[in-house]
Amino acid sequence: MSESLHPGWQPADEDLRRFRDSQRLAYRCAETIAAELTPGITEREVARRMREVLDAEGAEDCLHEPFAWFGDRTAFRGLIAVSQLRGFNPAFFPGSRRLEEGMPFILDCAPTVHGYTADIGYSGVLGENRILDRLMDDLLEYRVLILDRVRRRETLAEISRAVDRLCTRHGYEPRHKAYPFEVLAHRVERISDDGKAKSSHPSLARFGLRNVAELARDAIRGRKEGWSPLWNSSARSEHPPTSGLWAVEPHLGFRSVGAKFEELLVVTETDAYWLDDDVPHVRRWIARGLWPAKANKESGEVTKVAA
Amino acid sequence: MSTSTFVQSGNVQLAVRSWGDPTKPTILLVHGYPDSSHVWDATAGRLAEDFHVVAYDVRGAGASSAPHPVEDYDLEHLVNDAAAVIEAAAPHKMVHLVGHDWGSIQAWEMVTTERLKNRIASYTTISGPSLDHAGYWILQRLKSGAPADVAKIANQVLHSWYIGMFHLPMAAPLMWKMGLDKLWPTILEKVEGIDKADVNPTQKSDGRTGVNLYRANVLKRVLKPHERRTDIPVQLVVPLRDHFVSPELFDDLPKWAPRLWRTDVDAGHWLQVSDPDLVAVKIADFVRFVDSGVETPALRRARVRGPRRKHSGKLVVVTGAGSGIGRETLLAFAEAGADTVAVDIDLAAAQRTAELARLLDADSVAYRVDVGDAKAMETLAEQIDATLGAPDVVVNNAGIGMSGPMLDTSTADWEKILRVNLWGVIHGSKLFAQQMLDAGKKGHIVNVSSGLAFLPTRLTPAYNTTKAAVQMLSECLRAELAGQGIGVSAIYPGIVHTNITESARIIGGDDEVAKRRRQANRLYALRNLKPTAVAAAILDAVEHNRAEARVGAEVHAIRWLSRLAPGLARRVAQINV
Repeated sequence: MSESLHPGWQPADEDLRRFRDSQRLAYRCAETIAAELTPGITEREVARRMREVLDAEGAEDCLHEPFAWFGDRTAFRGLIAVSQLRGFNPAFFPGSRRLEEGMPFILDCAPTVHGYTADIGYSGVLGENRILDRLMDDLLEYRVLILDRVRRRETLAEISRAVDRLCTRHGYEPRHKAYPFEVLAHRVERISDDGKAKSSHPSLARFGLRNVAELARDAIRGRKEGWSPLWNSSARSEHPPTSGLWAVEPHLGFRSVGAKFEELLVVTETDAYWLDDDVPHVRRWIARGLWPAKANKESGEVTKVAA
Repeated sequence: MSTSTFVQSGNVQLAVRSWGDPTKPTILLVHGYPDSSHVWDATAGRLAEDFHVVAYDVRGAGASSAPHPVEDYDLEHLVNDAAAVIEAAAPHKMVHLVGHDWGSIQAWEMVTTERLKNRIASYTTISGPSLDHAGYWILQRLKSGAPADVAKIANQVLHSWYIGMFHLPMAAPLMWKMGLDKLWPTILEKVEGIDKADVNPTQKSDGRTGVNLYRANVLKRVLKPHERRTDIPVQLVVPLRDHFVSPELFDDLPKWAPRLWRTDVDAGHWLQVSDPDLVAVKIADFVRFVDSGVETPALRRARVRGPRRKHSGKLVVVTGAGSGIGRETLLAFAEAGADTVAVDIDLAAAQRTAELARLLDADSVAYRVDVGDAKAMETLAEQIDATLGAPDVVVNNAGIGMSGPMLDTSTADWEKILRVNLWGVIHGSKLFAQQMLDAGKKGHIVNVSSGLAFLPTRLTPAYNTTKAAVQMLSECLRAELAGQGIGVSAIYPGIVHTNITESARIIGGDDEVAKRRRQANRLYALRNLKPTAVAAAILDAVEHNRAEARVGAEVHAIRWLSRLAPGLARRVAQINV
């Protein structure tokens, strides 16, 4: 089976449909919980609620258990910013921070359904926050830039550096650099649908080991073949996009507010596209009149397409 | 010239002096302790041209009579005195009230009680809180019990040591009797830095009798405060180096006076003596605003809206604000409450910075200016002056990088780097320092030099030369402006990770240039010193008027190397990497 998962893997339409179902479940979970949020609730309670929703909807495994970050933790300020140990930092785990009015939050979950794993990030705020609005609006440019450059078959490292430069131009911190291995994105593989319940699937420190094992297998093979399942600005990512599915997660920070989206990008031998355009951040851009947008061929600058 | 007269208030005769045309708006000046109305002379003289100015000796001071019983100094009597003066000097008119120290304490009583309702159009208060507000301020912080709040109380108590002493029988009057009055001008000079004070002929009796003000009122009010509010427009001027009143005491003022304008000034307690120009401008602008509705840009910034931040009410101009150190500095000031002007050769980048600053709840505008262009800089200064008023802080940060041997550096290259790195700083320093002086305000000029100002290198001769020039320029300017309330700081950043490595001009063949840029990028990324560190150093330099601020261990090392082992520094300079 792992043979079919090499970076030349072309998911069939049925595979894509199943991945899309997983991703929609993940977003449904985030939106349901986001609508429930009230002042005083803790990150830990929210993460537990997300897990309950995913379990109830039939997720049998995960890449990682749900994360929830509130307030300045969305910008990875404080302990959570410690990026030694390659970014493996216990402060990532949901804590006792309580939500307050005007506080931004990020919900992140990665359920597996019938062997198809999604990994999504959802940003929001309890009430209003002008900085978060601005960050969310600007995330559009990153979504357009990343897809545009993947289509042009630039190396993943080049694209990651272009994202860094866009952050610099915007005046934001690229906070995804605080993730393990500073990843802007990582591959997501299909795992076997063994029909077993979630409790029988092994996990370590809130990471689903079956999904992590796929990434590890990719990493070992990639090392031999000159590619990496982890997409960052380093030399290991100095190769064109490998086909398959990538969970892309640009995470921006400005002062004590952070925002991200995370969703699956499909890379084929010749093209690339977002698995699903019907996702909350895109719906938000449509509602705010920012969509559709496209990248300028020369400058890479993103402009709104006249409706 | 003033005219003098006496006004009867109960059994007390008050000495009243007035300046200017009585048909013009009336400004009533109330002095504090241990002063007489003469403390206002310089201010009154400056205001007399445009206003009808009235000042009187408070009972017990100057030429006014001094009743014996302590209770005759109760605030109620003091308000009645003011009412009598207003009735005599400005019958049927509303007056603009200005109080300093005890004059301000009394004036709070005037604007928060019924007695003078509809007679006071505006109130400018300097260094004198309402005793009731102070009482609530203390109670609230005692109740919260948070260490920071208790520390604030302790701090104010330290500022108020003399009030306790005044309550001791005999002590204070005896000191005045024994010659404190002779010492007073010296004390003012040594402690307050005021050498212009005229000798007050009634200093001894003012000091002795005025103690009654404290004895009659302080404990009564502070221990059992009443809620005192006013809808009158209030302008609060806070001298930050006041030895007697801590600025934190005014933190809750918006609660009592919702129509509030606040300006913090880097000065001591006797602001109207040390800086009469500044005080006259503040009063005049506020009075005109209240009468006509025309708010100067400075007043607009001073209007208290949200919670107070460290640089609220200030205007900060930053050049090279489109990226790197400039952008982070501007944002740090905006985060601290200042309104900002983002100047950059790249308009889109400056606009982006301004937009980010506005997200931090501060006003910001962007200008596209080439700082090396004298005409363009003059126009910028004029536009800022016309629309926003003189800035409080100017950060001359715009600069470019250049690397390559001296003998290969063309005249055009030299002209280019001198124009931005040196002429930009010259124009910015000169134009805005002059503007601050003309506006009679205390300000600060910050020039961003570089750690390489201290160290010769064969790699970057042109760059180091311009930055060393900025060092000397800043030191000279600091000396020149020291006596005029304008601070000058030079900033020496180390290897700060910005786009300077990408934008710097590197002189040499294509391969050589690419290699050098790669090397530089790697070094800068590896050192990873953030522009926010420089921004923090700049704010600190402004807040403490530091002559220089070095950012990064490498700069400290270079500085000491060049001082202690210049021979070794010259050897280092020869290294060709």
